[in-house]
Amino acid sequence: MSIHPGTAAKRKAPDSQSSSDAAKVRRRSPTRVNPALYLFPLPAVAVVAFFLVMPTLQAFQYAVTDWNGFSAAFNYVGLDNFIRAFTKDSLFTNALTNNLKFVLLVVVAQTAFSLVLALLLTRNSRGSILLRALFFFPTILSSVSVAFIWKFIYDPNFGLANSVLKTVGVDGGAYLGNDVQALYWVAVTQVWFHSGQMMVVYIAGLQAIPKELYEAAEMDGANKWQRFKSITWPFVAPATSIVVAYTTVQSFKAFDLILGIAGNPPKSALDILSTRIYSTFANSEFGYAAAQSIIFMAMIALVTWLQRRLLRLTPKGE
Amino acid sequence: MLASLSRRAILAIYAVIIIVPLTVVAFGSFKSTQELFAGPFSLPHSLSPDNFAEVVGGQNLGSSFMNSAIVTGISVPLTLFLASLAGYAVSRLKGFMSWAIFGFLVLGMAIPAQANMVPLYVLFGRLGLLDSLAGLVVANVVSTLPIAVFILGGFMRTLPKELYEASSIDGSGPWKTYSSIALPLSAPSIAAAAIFLFVIHWNELLYPLLFIQTPGNRTLPLALLSFQGEFQTNYPLLFAGVILASLPVVVAYVFLQRYFVAGITAGASKG
Repeated sequence: MSIHPGTAAKRKAPDSQSSSDAAKVRRRSPTRVNPALYLFPLPAVAVVAFFLVMPTLQAFQYAVTDWNGFSAAFNYVGLDNFIRAFTKDSLFTNALTNNLKFVLLVVVAQTAFSLVLALLLTRNSRGSILLRALFFFPTILSSVSVAFIWKFIYDPNFGLANSVLKTVGVDGGAYLGNDVQALYWVAVTQVWFHSGQMMVVYIAGLQAIPKELYEAAEMDGANKWQRFKSITWPFVAPATSIVVAYTTVQSFKAFDLILGIAGNPPKSALDILSTRIYSTFANSEFGYAAAQSIIFMAMIALVTWLQRRLLRLTPKGE
Repeated sequence: MLASLSRRAILAIYAVIIIVPLTVVAFGSFKSTQELFAGPFSLPHSLSPDNFAEVVGGQNLGSSFMNSAIVTGISVPLTLFLASLAGYAVSRLKGFMSWAIFGFLVLGMAIPAQANMVPLYVLFGRLGLLDSLAGLVVANVVSTLPIAVFILGGFMRTLPKELYEASSIDGSGPWKTYSSIALPLSAPSIAAAAIFLFVIHWNELLYPLLFIQTPGNRTLPLALLSFQGEFQTNYPLLFAGVILASLPVVVAYVFLQRYFVAGITAGASKG
């Protein structure tokens, strides 16, 4: 270690990774890269290549066939599966619409709600820490468990929600039984399920804001809203992009929750892309299911990309 | 004053919205259906374990519990082992190779499980991995390996290189340096990743649903899901199942709460 006292300090200095520095470090380094090191990532690379990348590429191949999963024979049908999904299959377009609606609802509600919770619980008091632990708790439960709990809450005859409403003399609703509302109620469940997790991401972002900024702003006479708008919000922008991106993927994949709360297969008001793909697959339409799953993947990528374009959330000072 | 009051009100209301359903489920698991419907909030008349006995005995939840324990017990350490090996290599290799390996492994995070489930099912069929716990282990490991590499590799890159160099000068090979320096120093991120993986693997539903046919090979979430069809409104039984399925995670959460938050947030901040 004493061979090059200068390099460690130099490397730790921010933004010093110019190519000349890196070259210097390499030249002075007493050790070459041991070739055996290349063996270390090999198992992981092999597993990912064989079970993740290869099947994903294969999905593109299946997607242009009419394969049923069992017979040896199948035909290449070009883009027929994709055309069918968008123009002839109302089950699929219904699931697509539901899914986009669900994602939009959950992303807006969960991002706003988790930020509110985080703002209310930034202080490191005993009570805050206890409440954070409580609000985070639902995240660790299985989707099926959460689904059962909420199925009971929403049960029109014996459920918790209507029992509470009855005590104050209000007639309750049918909740999941109401096709217009069902998706909204599942969105509520999803927000209950995961807001605590996103709250924690926001708290981490909020705690990184220097206190002096607020003090200075207060001295300048900025009111609460102004302080939020010009200090808090820009500073939590990176946390917001994480929350929005993660919530998007999470709500696109609300598969488990839907199956648990609505049954398998779910009724059309609660059918989303992942449950639709599963139904198509269970119906032995492998080629068509593969095409649907490619649309699903493209959808997630598209929505995530759009969010980045529209929100343009960049960390303060970058 | 008013602001602090409304702050308290919001927090109190949300606390109630979390606590009340969980309490009703806990109480309800000891009740009969009639007792639950008569008064969901009341304490159970007796702490009779009938519902639990029924779900463990009659519904195979006991064997599902064992299956889940086996699958999770193998999947989590195996994922951590493969990911830490890769993460270590990535943190020590330089330039393009390090970037390429890391990029390749982490790219998998962008592939949702539903996207490749059809080809994976076919592949598992050919390899004889369908309807087996081994198949579930493979699926779990593969699906979470990218994010585990992301967490562990990201952490290992921040470890001071001088320690590795000192270890090399002392004559240690890569394996020795990995096991005696990189692994112990990465303990915090390994713990975080372990808890993250534990929650995911324990609660995994899609793969068992796809691959498992024999009831005896069901894991807990799948067994629970099959309840839903059989006991449409037998909520006390469903609740007993929910409690049994959640027990290990909840107990761990009570004791390791801080690490859970760190772990699941490490997973969430993948962006």
